[in-house]
Amino acid sequence: MSSHAHSVHHAEAPKGFIRHYIFSLDHKIIGTQYILLGLSAVTIGMILSVLMRIHLGWPNAHIWGFANGIMTPEDYLRTVTMHGTLMVFFVLTTVPQSGFGNYFLPIQIGAPDMAFPRINMLSFWVTFLAMIVLLAAAFVPGGAPISGWTAYAPLSSIGEIAGPGQGLGQTLWVVSIALFCGASLMSGLNFLATTIDLRAKGLSLMRMPLTVWGWFITACLAVLAFGVLLAACILVLLDRLAYTSFFIPGGLSVSGQLLNHSGGSPLLYQHLFWFFGHPEVYIAILPGMGIISHVLSTFSRKPVFGYKAMVYSLSAIGFLSFTVWGHHMFISGMSPYSAIAFSVLTLVIGVPSAIKTFNWLGTLWGGRIQFTAAMLFAIGFVSLFVTGGLSGIFLAQPALDLYLHDTYYVIGHFHLIMGVAAIFAMFAASYFWFPKMFGRHMNETLGKIHFWCTFVGVYSIFMPMHYLGYEGDARRYSSTEAVHYMTEMHAVYLFISIAAIITATAQLFFYWNFFSSWIKGKKADQNPWHGTTLEWSVPTPVPHDNFGGKLPIIYRGPYEYSVPGMADDYVPQHLAPELVARAK
Amino acid sequence: MGLRKSCSGSAAPAVLLAIVLLILVGSTLYFHIAKTWWFPPAITPVGHEIDQQFMITLVATGIVFVLAQVALAYLVYAYRDHGQKARFVRGSHTLEVIWTTATLIIFVGLGVMAQHAWGQVHFGGPAPGALQVEVTGQQFVWNFRYAGPDGQFGKLNPKLIDASVGNPLGLDPNDPSSKDDIVSPDLYVPVGRPIELLIRSQDVIHSFFVRELRVKQDALPGLVIPIHFTTTTTGDFEITCNQLCGSNHYHMHAMMHVMSDADFEKWEQQQEAQNAQ
Repeated sequence: MSSHAHSVHHAEAPKGFIRHYIFSLDHKIIGTQYILLGLSAVTIGMILSVLMRIHLGWPNAHIWGFANGIMTPEDYLRTVTMHGTLMVFFVLTTVPQSGFGNYFLPIQIGAPDMAFPRINMLSFWVTFLAMIVLLAAAFVPGGAPISGWTAYAPLSSIGEIAGPGQGLGQTLWVVSIALFCGASLMSGLNFLATTIDLRAKGLSLMRMPLTVWGWFITACLAVLAFGVLLAACILVLLDRLAYTSFFIPGGLSVSGQLLNHSGGSPLLYQHLFWFFGHPEVYIAILPGMGIISHVLSTFSRKPVFGYKAMVYSLSAIGFLSFTVWGHHMFISGMSPYSAIAFSVLTLVIGVPSAIKTFNWLGTLWGGRIQFTAAMLFAIGFVSLFVTGGLSGIFLAQPALDLYLHDTYYVIGHFHLIMGVAAIFAMFAASYFWFPKMFGRHMNETLGKIHFWCTFVGVYSIFMPMHYLGYEGDARRYSSTEAVHYMTEMHAVYLFISIAAIITATAQLFFYWNFFSSWIKGKKADQNPWHGTTLEWSVPTPVPHDNFGGKLPIIYRGPYEYSVPGMADDYVPQHLAPELVARAK
Repeated sequence: MGLRKSCSGSAAPAVLLAIVLLILVGSTLYFHIAKTWWFPPAITPVGHEIDQQFMITLVATGIVFVLAQVALAYLVYAYRDHGQKARFVRGSHTLEVIWTTATLIIFVGLGVMAQHAWGQVHFGGPAPGALQVEVTGQQFVWNFRYAGPDGQFGKLNPKLIDASVGNPLGLDPNDPSSKDDIVSPDLYVPVGRPIELLIRSQDVIHSFFVRELRVKQDALPGLVIPIHFTTTTTGDFEITCNQLCGSNHYHMHAMMHVMSDADFEKWEQQQEAQNAQ
């Protein structure tokens, strides 16, 4: 394997802009490409969420970009769909795994590159194409689809008759997601092969950094989950274009017109979708868990508390994530008896998640905590993970889901635990690894201002959504005007909208910091945080050939901080025992 | 090196973090205890049972929430870098076993407790003599059908669906039992009597929800899904659609009128008289 990787990795970088920066085979360039793609997606996704919040807070406001400045009910749902799809697929799935994972997995395991650099390049460009196809849906006649990121059949599979955007827009959406599935499958295989085959000498599984564990388990999930979504996409496409009836039962009358389908099952779509969809939640968060463990340990100057428990709990979450999809379907009409199994399994998956939280707290305990911007985001992650995790204990009980399902409670829950927590992990990773990636530091003061605004901001946005859920307010409503009890809650909607606008604006600190530091940030040395893992053993910025042809040998575990009897408070993984300075 | 040093020594971020976390805990506790925004009162026995299960879960998770956030606030404050040496600890097997067992018991325990209410809603059928009402969702209205005096729902034929001629459900006029069926845009039910709703959809997925019943059920095309309840209070309650069903999803709204037996009979007779005309 490694000879193959070597063969594409000449000691010198390819000459020419296109081979170097566009169609690059270098995992570092590809990782950066994924991160920039994710940054564009998150920018669009965030602007769309602000537009929704403006509309909900001030229903009569004129909004730029819509015909006559009016956001119609279908415009609102188009925005919902595009926001969700961009965020879930092109941000949460893409950046922590394909972005940071691509960049740092090979370096952290002492490999010159990914196992299959050409497939790696192909994965990126197919993902890029998928995003172009998705965005194109907004510009075709009928516009973007209105069926949300879940695209439930039959709304998504009977064509234009179901509503505006359900024609060509929905077809493009399905094609985009199918492409994305293909790219994720290729990328997942690549991560697996790389982790299994290309680890440096001495890097046993139990010496891998938790980031590598996070990426590895996520790749297992991606390989098993995306194939199922791909199947679902193909069947929807056939229902739409070839008049099959996989998801469409007989006798449907839509807008007074009898459909010529029979024998399909809308529930089948939901089973396929959520068989993917629930592991997907963990695909978004497991790399983040790895990153947070890594950052907490570095800036507490302590080994990760319970390293093995962290590995086992990651694996347990990965395994269990395939057994809980039914908790999205308690009220769908599936057998109420199966709800019991899904409910108990869902509560059981809470246990490894709790184990992780306790071990993060254990890592902080007795440490020497340094409040860098990266560390602040890591601490924020722990807080958000606790809050978002506990609301899941309610939703896991079908008796309570009867009320809370499809209300704002669910929106608050999954944004905290899947959306914002994962985003906090991406911010932590950015502030932490930026010096290694670009050879310059991000500005710490701006980073801290960014943290405080964002931390207070996201709680102000998403906590009140739980209260809207208590009041029974339904999600995906373009207006509250038809429902008396929802209209009464307007003050809360307004508060959330104001918080969202402020928080979104505060992200300008990050954009400014990211791009200005890239150009003129403070120069970084090789190991600015005194880290122990391999990314800190290579020059800054990392040369084209990561280890200059001389692969490292690993002598110890990944988090040897504050080891008694040593001169420094960190002992790098690659340092030969005879070179480790002892305390005098 | 310089950067790392500049982040140490100062208590400000630790204090600020601790304050923000305590405000989070304080405000969350306040809004839950004051019940500033809360569920409307339940109107069924099972609704009260669900509320009780909610409160038990709230107390259990609330304790964990407060302890975890306060612990986080304490740890970042207590162990901020003021020049001390970090403790070299790799973990604790005992602690891992304790917190794993404790969370397993609490989480699964809650799940087991909740099954009774779920079973009440979904496992048994309604009490004998329940009044059956068929609920049909379509973009973007609800229709409620009663069998009428003969106690038989008439046949439906999707080919005949035409709201403009007053046949939104496609009632087949050739079926004698369809003649006396009552179709209403709102749901009328007598208080205290077991009700069975037969939920279906004519086009895409909708979801039937009445907050005060504490029950939500998707209306799935191709399937008739029964739910049942017995109300204890009269009143007018809002019915909403909770599954994204198209542009005017937000507008798919109806009312549930829970009436005394006498009022309900009067309403039924009015409807039958209208049918006879």
